[in-house]
Amino acid sequence: MVPLYMYLLVSAALFCIGLYGVLSRRNAIAILMSIELMLNAANINLVAFWRYGQPENISGQAFAAFVFVVAAAEVAVGLALIINIYRQRRSVVADDVDLMKW
Amino acid sequence: MTDFLIDLGLSRGLAVLIAKTLGVFALATIGLVWTIFLIWIERKVAARFQDRVGPNRAGPFGLVQSFADAIKIILKEDIMHRGVDRWVFNIAPLLSVMAVLMLWVVIPWTPTLVGVDLSVGVVYVIAAGAISAIAILMAGWGSNNKFALLGAFRAVAQLISYEVPTVLALLVPVVLAGSMSLQGIVREQHVMYALAAPLTVLIFIIASMAELGRAPFDILEAESELVAGYQVEYSGFKFGLFYVGEFLHAYTVGLTMAVFFLGGWRGPFVDDLPALGAVYLFLKSFIGYFIVLWIRMTVPRVRVDQMLDLGWKFLVPLSLLNLVVVALVWKIYPGTDSIDSFSEAIGPSLVLLVVNILMILGVGAVLREQGRRERERIEAKQRALELGAEPVSDVAPAGAGR
Amino acid sequence: MELTVESLVFLLFSLITLGGGLLVVTTRNLFHGALFLMLSLFGVAGLFALLTAPFLAGIQVVVYIGAIAILIIFAIMLTPQVTATRPSNNQWIAALVVAVVLFALLASIVTPLMDELGVEGWGASFTETDPPPVPEDSIADLGAAFVDPQRFMLPFEVASILLMAALVGAVMMVRPSREDDEAPAPVEAAEVAEPAPPRADAVEPVLVESQE
Repeated sequence: MVPLYMYLLVSAALFCIGLYGVLSRRNAIAILMSIELMLNAANINLVAFWRYGQPENISGQAFAAFVFVVAAAEVAVGLALIINIYRQRRSVVADDVDLMKW
Repeated sequence: MTDFLIDLGLSRGLAVLIAKTLGVFALATIGLVWTIFLIWIERKVAARFQDRVGPNRAGPFGLVQSFADAIKIILKEDIMHRGVDRWVFNIAPLLSVMAVLMLWVVIPWTPTLVGVDLSVGVVYVIAAGAISAIAILMAGWGSNNKFALLGAFRAVAQLISYEVPTVLALLVPVVLAGSMSLQGIVREQHVMYALAAPLTVLIFIIASMAELGRAPFDILEAESELVAGYQVEYSGFKFGLFYVGEFLHAYTVGLTMAVFFLGGWRGPFVDDLPALGAVYLFLKSFIGYFIVLWIRMTVPRVRVDQMLDLGWKFLVPLSLLNLVVVALVWKIYPGTDSIDSFSEAIGPSLVLLVVNILMILGVGAVLREQGRRERERIEAKQRALELGAEPVSDVAPAGAGR
Repeated sequence: MELTVESLVFLLFSLITLGGGLLVVTTRNLFHGALFLMLSLFGVAGLFALLTAPFLAGIQVVVYIGAIAILIIFAIMLTPQVTATRPSNNQWIAALVVAVVLFALLASIVTPLMDELGVEGWGASFTETDPPPVPEDSIADLGAAFVDPQRFMLPFEVASILLMAALVGAVMMVRPSREDDEAPAPVEAAEVAEPAPPRADAVEPVLVESQE
C-alpha cells in the first residue's frame, strides 16, 4: 500500500492551499470555500491515521463524521451571514466589512 | 474475464483494470441502447392512456420510430450562442447521463452478477441523485440565460427537498435487511419488503417521481409553461442527452424499486439457474416503471409551492415517523436478527404490514380532518361573500411566513 | 513507492484533489471556483475510498458535493459580483510565503526526509506501509458507536442540536424584515423595523468612502 506519509503530504498540501486561499482572496464566499478545503484536509489526515494506525478502533471515522457535521453547520451559518451582509452593504468583498476596524 | 486476462500474461492489477473497464463499457452501452426501446414503450403506453394508438407507422408497431427520432436529434444543429460558458455548458448533459448510469453499477442482476458489490450501496444511490442536481445547476448557469437559471434554481430546490424523504424511505429496507449493500438487501429479502412496508413504497414512489422531475412534479421542464426550464438553450444532441438521462432515470427508479422492495432477482428456480434472476428483475422493474408512467399520465401538474409544501410539510415528517415505527417494531419483534427463510420472515413481515396499514389509516384520517377544516373555511368565506361582505384574497398576506 | 495500480489510483485522486484546490484559490470566476471545489471534494471522496472508508466517501459526496457545494453556488448566485476585479488582495505574497513555509514545515515532519538528512529528533516519519486489515463490519460498528452511551452518544446528540441551531439560525437570518406586516406578530416586527432605518443611513457614507 501507499506509505502513510504520502496521504499526510496530500493533506498538508491541501491545508496550505486552503490557507493561501483564506489569506489572499477578497471575496467572502471564496474565503469560505478555502475554509472547506482546510476542513477536508483535516479529514483526510484523520482517516489516514485511522486506517494506518488502529483500523479496529472506529473513533477515527467517528471523528471524521463529526467534522462533516461541523462543516455543514458552519457553511450554512456563514452563507446566511454573507447574504445578510450583502443585503446591508451591497458588497461581498471582505475588505469592505470594516466598520469595527480601528 | 479477469482470469482469462491473467492467463494471457498480464499482471493482476492490470488484468482487473482492463476487465472492469470492459464491464463498464458493456453496462453503459446496454443502458443507453435500452433507452431507445424505453422511449418506444413510454410513447405506446402514454398513447393508450390517452385513448389513442401511438406511433405505428415507422416499422412494425412503430418500433423504428425511436431510431428515427434518435437519428433526427443527432443531425440537428448544435446552437451555442454568444456568452455561453463553453466547458460548463457542454459537461452538464454528460453529468446528467452519468448520474443515472452510475446507478446501474450497484444493481444486482443475478445472485452472482453485480457491477460492484459496494458495502455502502444505498449511500452510493443517494450520491448519484446529488450529482444530477449539480448537472442541472451547471446547465442553468452555462446557458447564460436568466430564465434558464431560475428554472435551474427551482429544479435544484425540488431535487434537494425530495432527497430527504428518499433517503428516509431507503433506510427502511436497510433496517429490515441489516445491510447497506444492495446485493445484501436482496439476499435478506425472503419476504418482499413491499409486503412488510407498503407505506415506505408509497413514500419512495412519490419522492422518486419528484426526484425524476416527472409529472405531477414536472414543473422543472413544464413544456407548456416554461418551454424547457433549465434545458431551454440546449438543442441537438445535448438536448437528446438530457432526454435520454430522464427516461433512463425513470426506468432506473423502477429498477431500484424492484431491488429494494420487490425482491430483486428473487423468484422460483433462481438457485439452479442464476440467469433467471436477471429475467425476474427485468419483469419486476416494469411494475415500478408502469406505476411511474401511470401517475404521469393521469395526474395534473402541481404548482411549485404546493410541491415544496408536500415535500417538507408532509413527506418528511411522514417518512421520519415511518422509519421510527418500522425500526421500533422490527427491533421489538424477537428473532429478526437472523432470518434465513420465508417461514421465519413471514411472521414479522405480517406484523409490520398491520402496523403500516394502521399508519396509513391514521395519516388518511389526519388528511381528511385537514381537508374537512379547509373546506369548511372556504364554504364559510363563500357564504360571507354571498351575504355582501368584502372579497378577501385567499392567498396569505405578503410578508407573513415568506 | 512502488508502481502498482493502487499507487497510480492514489496519484490520480491526489492530483484531482490538489489541482482542484489550486484552481479554487486562483480562479477569477467564482462559479468556476465552486465547480473546482466540487472536483476537489470528489478527489477527497476518492481518497477516502482508497483508505477503506467507503461510508465516509459516500457521505462526503452526499453532504459536501450534494449539499454544501450547492449551498455555496446558491449564495454565489444571490450575491452577484463583478468578476472583472482581481481575485487576490494586497497581501497575497505574504500569504503565499506563509503557505509555502507551513507546507515545508509539515512535510519535513511527516516524511522521512529529515531522518535521511541526518537531523535527529525533528520529524516523526510515518513510513507505515502495511496496516492491519479493517474489520468487516466497521460500518455497523460506526452506527453502534454513535448510539453507545460509553462511546459517542453524547457528541452525536450535541451534533444534532448544533445542526438544528444552525438550521434555525440560518433561516432566521435571511428572512426579510417584516415592515409591511399586518399579521399579529407585533413584537418581532417592532424590534426588526426599528434598527433597520438608522442603519441604512449610516451605511451609505461609509460605502461611498470605501469605494475610492
